[in-house]
Amino acid sequence: MTLELRNVIKRAGAETHIYETSLKLREDGFNILLGTTLSGKTSLMQLMAGLERPADGEIWFDGKNVTKVPVQKRNVSMVHQQFINYPNFSVFENIASPLRVARLPRAEIKARVGQVAELLRLSPMLDRRPSELSGGQQQRTALARALVKDADVVLLDEPLANLDYKLREELRDELPKLFRDRGCTVVYATSEPTEALLLGGHTATLNEGRITQFGETAKVYRQPMDLISAAVFSDPPINSAAVTKQGDRFVLNDRVSWRAGESQRTLSDGSYVVAIRPHHITPVDHGANAVRIDGKVLVTELSGSESVVHFEVDGRTWISQSHGIHAFHVGDQASFYIDTGRCMYFGQDNERLAA
Amino acid sequence: MRKATWLAPTLYILFLMLPIYWLVIMSFKTTNEILSVFTLWPQDFTLENYEKIFTDSTWYNGYFNSLAYVLMNTVIAVTAALPAAYAFSRYRFLGDKHLFFWLLTNRMAPPAVFALPFFQLYSAVNLFDTHIAVALAHTLFNIPLAVWILEGFMSGVPKELDETAYVDGYPFWRFFLRIFMPTIAAGIGVAAFFCFMFSWVELLLAKTLTSVAAKPIAATMTRTASTSGYELGLLAAAGTLTIIPGAFVIYFVRNYIAKGFALGRV
Repeated sequence: MTLELRNVIKRAGAETHIYETSLKLREDGFNILLGTTLSGKTSLMQLMAGLERPADGEIWFDGKNVTKVPVQKRNVSMVHQQFINYPNFSVFENIASPLRVARLPRAEIKARVGQVAELLRLSPMLDRRPSELSGGQQQRTALARALVKDADVVLLDEPLANLDYKLREELRDELPKLFRDRGCTVVYATSEPTEALLLGGHTATLNEGRITQFGETAKVYRQPMDLISAAVFSDPPINSAAVTKQGDRFVLNDRVSWRAGESQRTLSDGSYVVAIRPHHITPVDHGANAVRIDGKVLVTELSGSESVVHFEVDGRTWISQSHGIHAFHVGDQASFYIDTGRCMYFGQDNERLAA
Repeated sequence: MRKATWLAPTLYILFLMLPIYWLVIMSFKTTNEILSVFTLWPQDFTLENYEKIFTDSTWYNGYFNSLAYVLMNTVIAVTAALPAAYAFSRYRFLGDKHLFFWLLTNRMAPPAVFALPFFQLYSAVNLFDTHIAVALAHTLFNIPLAVWILEGFMSGVPKELDETAYVDGYPFWRFFLRIFMPTIAAGIGVAAFFCFMFSWVELLLAKTLTSVAAKPIAATMTRTASTSGYELGLLAAAGTLTIIPGAFVIYFVRNYIAKGFALGRV
């Protein structure tokens, strides 16, 4: 079951929601669409489902062009961010609805719904209305309806975003297990980089209607092809700044410079962009690759186990993320240490140059 | 200050109920008593007024006629408004917002404006003095109202519900009838209620477009002058009976109407 988008474009009126995009989805593991709100995740899913027609381009499914096939005939299932269930149907009828529309025999419907309900721990609630369920149970019902159909393509559009923290973790663990060995293509949209990393599989980073990179999740995270992909796949936001290469050193300003690593030696002198993930800038001097940068503390966010500090250097805001509690006073001068071994360098066109 | 909190609602209800109370007790009085003395309670309690209405066909037929065209109108208006409201709520098309507003402007003209053209038109196509004539005339006001109300309720239903149903394999009409309409049942109830009320209360068009066969109760009531003068007791009884259907319908949709108000559409 392979789903492929070929040069697909989606417009709505004068606006372009999806710029020319080609994407061949994977059958093993999740296909994650990672991007902020309005980056085009939902638009892409609507195209895959057949809810919207592309303005140009084709959608191929299992070697067949399905661009003009209506959604009802495509054997897809979808779960939305909001808990969408049919309010006038019981949980059982909700889960059974795709099977009923397909006119399956009553006994088979009952068996399959029972099986899926068991899997999602909904068996005791089958007679209730969706409005009588908790948010987590409502979303389980929606997931059950997506599962029971045995669809070829399962589209999950930020299914966990509206759940509270505990339920989200719980369902996130269950999801990959639920869809394993079902032989379906699973597409999962999320705006959280952490969620993408936890789910694994393959990730496509999306920015303003364009897919900037598609590949194994860990690889996209570690080796972004350009600055935008790196920025999309970073939370808190990635630090980026202009640097100049002079000889074997990168110069940020007259106080901060560092020796270029092994793989950057060959770069010619000139202007580049350096990107550093927040957790590679820490308040602790960690040795060999560390280079000090001083700045004025703007904001500190302390959670139980980590500290996020925003500080200012020459009018530019930098973010440091570190384990443990590091108390800073807003307005103070403080020293941070960049792990230069983890810096990523990009050319002036934002293309990645060397690790 | 705290002690007086009961005062305002009590006065409010008192003033609200007073005319209705007066109407109801009048209906149990004889016309003589109404005209001669001031009494808070009928001295000479009588059911004669009601008896007359329930036995005289010119009276009770008025109710049947009114109910007939009101129900026809409600069914036509809601049936036509449902797909229209769905289009306004779910699709964007050229001039959609203008059209939506223009629909409402139909309500801004007084019914009297349309009395003459309707009379001419219905006479020409032999619909004069039929129930359907009045029902159709009232849809001019009720369809826009129903579209306006239903659109509010429909827009409160996430578009993702439609998408989920299509993904599940529902063809449009099956989704609309089996899932969407039950979901907005409250809105349909409220829209039907307002259509019912408008049509039930509207007198001018109903009177203009009918003579004998489809004469509405309100028209009958305005023609009660007899040789012995106005029969006030009889009129009061007819008035009381006219309030009942409205009160009955409002009882069933009272909770939904609150929802309609919350949506700002009623």
